[in-house]
Amino acid sequence: MTTVTSAPAAGPAAARARRPSRDRTALLGWSAANLVIVGMSLVPLLWLVSLSFKTPASITDGSFIPQEWTFENYREIFGESLFTRALLNSLGIALISTALAVVLGSMAAYAIARLEFPGKRLLVGLALLIAMFPQISLVSPLFNLWRQIGIFDTWLGLIIPYLTFSLPLAIYTLSAFFREIPWDLEKAAQVDGATPRQAFLRVIAPLAAPGMVTTAILVFIFCWNDFLFAISLTSTEQSRTVPAAIAFFTGASQFAQPIGSIAAAAVVITIPIIVFVLLFQRRIVAGLTSGAVKG
Amino acid sequence: MADIVLDHVTKRFPDGRLAVDDANLSIADGEFVILVGPSGCGKSTTLNMIAGLEDISSGELRIGGKVVNDLAPKDRDIAMVFQSYALYPHMSVRKNMGFALSLAKRPKEEIDRLVEEAARVLDLTEHLDRRPAQLSGGQRQRVAMGRAIVRSPKAFLMDEPLSNLDAKLRVQMRTEVSRIQNRFGTTMVYVTHDQTEAMTLGDRVAVLRSGRIQQVGTPTELYGRPATVFVAGFIGSPAMNFVPATVEEGELRTPLGAIVPDERQRRLLDGWTGAAADRRSLIVGARPEHFEDAALEQAKDCPGLRFTVTVDVLERLGSDSFAYFTLAGGQARTADLEELAHDAGTVELSGKAEQVVARLDAASRIREGEKAELWLDVHQLHLFDPDTGRNLDAPATA
Repeated sequence: MTTVTSAPAAGPAAARARRPSRDRTALLGWSAANLVIVGMSLVPLLWLVSLSFKTPASITDGSFIPQEWTFENYREIFGESLFTRALLNSLGIALISTALAVVLGSMAAYAIARLEFPGKRLLVGLALLIAMFPQISLVSPLFNLWRQIGIFDTWLGLIIPYLTFSLPLAIYTLSAFFREIPWDLEKAAQVDGATPRQAFLRVIAPLAAPGMVTTAILVFIFCWNDFLFAISLTSTEQSRTVPAAIAFFTGASQFAQPIGSIAAAAVVITIPIIVFVLLFQRRIVAGLTSGAVKG
Repeated sequence: MADIVLDHVTKRFPDGRLAVDDANLSIADGEFVILVGPSGCGKSTTLNMIAGLEDISSGELRIGGKVVNDLAPKDRDIAMVFQSYALYPHMSVRKNMGFALSLAKRPKEEIDRLVEEAARVLDLTEHLDRRPAQLSGGQRQRVAMGRAIVRSPKAFLMDEPLSNLDAKLRVQMRTEVSRIQNRFGTTMVYVTHDQTEAMTLGDRVAVLRSGRIQQVGTPTELYGRPATVFVAGFIGSPAMNFVPATVEEGELRTPLGAIVPDERQRRLLDGWTGAAADRRSLIVGARPEHFEDAALEQAKDCPGLRFTVTVDVLERLGSDSFAYFTLAGGQARTADLEELAHDAGTVELSGKAEQVVARLDAASRIREGEKAELWLDVHQLHLFDPDTGRNLDAPATA
């Protein structure tokens, strides 16, 4: 979100020195457009935050700023194992899937970027095909299969389909990054006495780090957001993730709507994503390869 | 330190292209050998095979008497400088230079000492803690050299290390390379497409063309006794002039005029297999410096060929002048010359007539666009067989 607003602002700012009058209108135009877009995407989110701080009675009063502030909703969801256990599951499953996808994806992407081997085109094509596959078509076969082999309602049962869909993505992004790294660097490392493994770990991987971080964020968000597999392939708290768990929320009494708790839970699971992106924003943008070869 | 021997080394790429064809080259311990040739002649492939970055299709490569065909680059103990320098962008200059030593698990103090020593030699001490991106082109080039010398390897391999520098810096670094080689006395194989670098740097030069070694020799040998038209045209700047000639009544008839062969040339013509086959056409090669303004003292009364031409362009360089003129009467044509023209990018430029360049003394009064009488030292002419491209006076070894 922050990059969207700041990137266009830099252009008019640099140009202002040249043509003041025309640039002022351009600046105004850009600012207005940015405000509209930022507003459109932020209002529902802020509404959610507002709902999470309202008391059950004032949920439907329609005011944007809560009349009466309360932390009751948060206290409630953290008091329930339905949510806390789901949060743990979500974190665990998403982190493990991300780590595996980045490690396996780097190896595959490196091979695709560097080596000529029979079936390379087929592999790339298949990866793309899998990424295009409608996820819903896999749900019922996986449901049956997982129950037969006994990984239904386990972490593994979710990690596997997450890898299936995130690996193609990882391979594609990472191979683009590996292709950018000059091959001469690897030759130099080999001549300097590195084994292929050392050359990869000490020269190529650090240079591909921005790519790996980008990939990791994308994969993490995909796993973290998933609802389809989470709701279909789990049945108990043992492995249910937050998006699925929210669907099982009930109100304080049988007749109360759980809107407040749902809003609070939604706010809580948004936080890790924001932290993740803010933390690595700079690494994603940094062009680490500058100066490698004659510039 | 070690010698390097290429014994019938051949490289054929998976797509069937022959990159290096039966290369034989023996590089003595401590020798500085240049591989030179136009782009695509296989010189870089040869270097990569010595480094171990390319597999050898057939033949044997020995470093220090040991066959290394199947050794990985890291086990060959050679250092290489790349055209792109290939510095590790995420490491400081110090780390870049010490990378090989740290991979070899040398103690930290020793690495520091060796890196600082090399930095002093290359005048890089103050840049040791900077990243490659913060350095100028010349400094990056020196870091690349530093990375090689820090290790005291058996041999240095250099793949066009100076071609990314601007002209002035290139001349400066050229002397630097010589200095380093003299100082360390390490075997060095140096690849370049620049014949000036080849001539000025090497103990010996190997000229390659389409994967074959054409001639190996000292710069003087290559210049004075080129084995083929290709070598003759590639070495020297401005390049040697080639004109067609026919042998008639014991004379060489050329567009410049009829030349009576001297003792040496007559012997060569008699020994030429082409003469036995009753062929009469030849290619005559003349270096620009073997021409002179006929009006000058140096050329007066000297035996040689005198002829009158219209000078199209005259370049005065101060120390001497280059006179360009064209000759009617056909062009010397062989596969070698066409390849040279391709490499120089002058295919479209050369018209029907033969362009000739003569180097004249600065005292010459010749003017552009006017007729002038020039003199040619006919004793210095080279005679080439137009079919094989070989010099009739080729050294027996090549």
